Amino acid sequence: MIDVEIRQRIGDFQLDVGFSGHGGITALFGPSGSGKSSIIKVIAGLTRLRAGRVVLDGSVLAEGGGRHTPPHRRRIGVVFQEARLFPHLSVRNNLRYGRLFTPRGEGRIAEAPVIDTLGIGHLLDRHPATLSGGEQQRVAIGRALLASPRLLLMDEPLASLDTARRLEILPLIETLRDEFGIPIVYVSHAVEEVARLAAKVVVLEAGRVAREGAPADVFRVAADRFEVVSVVEGRLGKPNDAFQLTPVETPAGIVWLTGIIRPEGRTAHVLVRAIDVALATRRPESVSIRTVLAGTIAGVPEGPGPSVTIDVTLDGGGRLAASLTRASVAELELMPGRRVFALVKSVALDERPV
Amino acid sequence: MPDLSPDAWIAIALSFKVAAMATLWGVPVSTVLALILARGRFPGKALFDGIIHLPLVLPPVVTGYVLLLLLGRKGPLGAFLDQHFGIVFAFRWTGAVVAAVVMSLPIIVRAIRLSIEAVDARLEQASGTLGAGPVSTFFLVTLPLSLPGVLVGATLGFAKALGEFGATITFVSNIPGETRTIASAIYTASQSPEGDGEALLLSVIAAGIGLAALIASEIIARWFRRTSS
Repeated sequence: MIDVEIRQRIGDFQLDVGFSGHGGITALFGPSGSGKSSIIKVIAGLTRLRAGRVVLDGSVLAEGGGRHTPPHRRRIGVVFQEARLFPHLSVRNNLRYGRLFTPRGEGRIAEAPVIDTLGIGHLLDRHPATLSGGEQQRVAIGRALLASPRLLLMDEPLASLDTARRLEILPLIETLRDEFGIPIVYVSHAVEEVARLAAKVVVLEAGRVAREGAPADVFRVAADRFEVVSVVEGRLGKPNDAFQLTPVETPAGIVWLTGIIRPEGRTAHVLVRAIDVALATRRPESVSIRTVLAGTIAGVPEGPGPSVTIDVTLDGGGRLAASLTRASVAELELMPGRRVFALVKSVALDERPV
Repeated sequence: MPDLSPDAWIAIALSFKVAAMATLWGVPVSTVLALILARGRFPGKALFDGIIHLPLVLPPVVTGYVLLLLLGRKGPLGAFLDQHFGIVFAFRWTGAVVAAVVMSLPIIVRAIRLSIEAVDARLEQASGTLGAGPVSTFFLVTLPLSLPGVLVGATLGFAKALGEFGATITFVSNIPGETRTIASAIYTASQSPEGDGEALLLSVIAAGIGLAALIASEIIARWFRRTSS
């Protein structure tokens, strides 16, 4: 578990944050310039902490005005935005670099499964300059992991990659999270990545913590500032191979994802944009939309505009935002406590980043 | 075409010996100095930089004279080394090595420093986060990546050491077989009426060696540029 408190100026920027992460992925989320990368540098020890403290699993790594454990003694791995592979070493030696410095008996992460998971076995004899951006970033992740860090920091590891490469790496990070059990602090400004990966989100604005909590709560509250997005959690069901669809089973109903997504039984977070949700007061029939979720209206905000974002409490506890026109709200007499069925176009449910 | 005298051949051999030793000592020392200048941040850095480069702008005689004052048998450092370690530099070929090191230092430091500065400091940070301390990071990342500069510096330094004259002759004089290098031999030959031929021949040889070293360093630099891109 990681405990961070930073109260200092870095450059012409005042950081004033405190948060903690408990296993799994803790996401630092916010627009660029909100202080995410500065926090990562302080945790890694690359920037000296002047006021505050960084505590990892009970040991104080840095304390304002005093203790400063240098980066190489922290055993905190970092995956930077750019891969930062050593250009003079082969991929194999890049991967083994950290192992040279891992204390005896602490090298709990084995080479083979990491290489396997990341799919970089065929690259071992190549040099970094000959790899694609996605390949480089996969090697960088493997290199950080193989030093068996106590904590892994990932500073927008997908930011420099195109969408196709992102799609290739995102599931790998999920697998790492589940298989290797290393706590991760993940920096990103992409809602999709954070919602999909994180157990906890810390939203940063101008060097301060604006909100923190589970992705589903954080992003619903964030509606005014970011795009209105809900996160629905469920379990992956058995894919339908013939139609290339994968069900996500939630208490409120089944969400259909396009594409085959495995493994069955894994918990999945699904992003739903409020503008992709329609509401019906009876369970609809004869519609093309396949995903229908049952719930109860939690709130209808007052306001002057033509449209309104309605909060629906899904059966079983999830929340879903639906963007409707005021005309529809009046016509259907939507009010808090009313049973509704939310219709979601399945194309909007793809779990991948937009 | 006049033949070279045995003394001239001895001078050439001695020059190579002195230059080789000077390079051997000069490169590690220069690497440390270059690292300090490239990555260090401390008050008085400009002065430190200036002192290292001083031999480049001083009359070489002055550098040789300073060495003589410091490292001569009666000099503060020379007396100490003589009494405690039995090391004497004055009027020995080892003194010629010292003079050559001091004179070639600015050139070697400059080449290595530029190379170290070109190494992406973010790679060194990455090395740190993987558990490598500053010393390991230097030997595993910084040094291998600045190797072209080290090799170029070594070749240029070797060429400079081979041709060093002013500081050498002032510090260790011009003793045949001990401190008479190519440059001193050319000077000696040019001072005697029948020595013109030998002086010219030795000059051509000196120029040839220097040119070869410059070409070698350029080839090394080009080769590294090609393999690293």
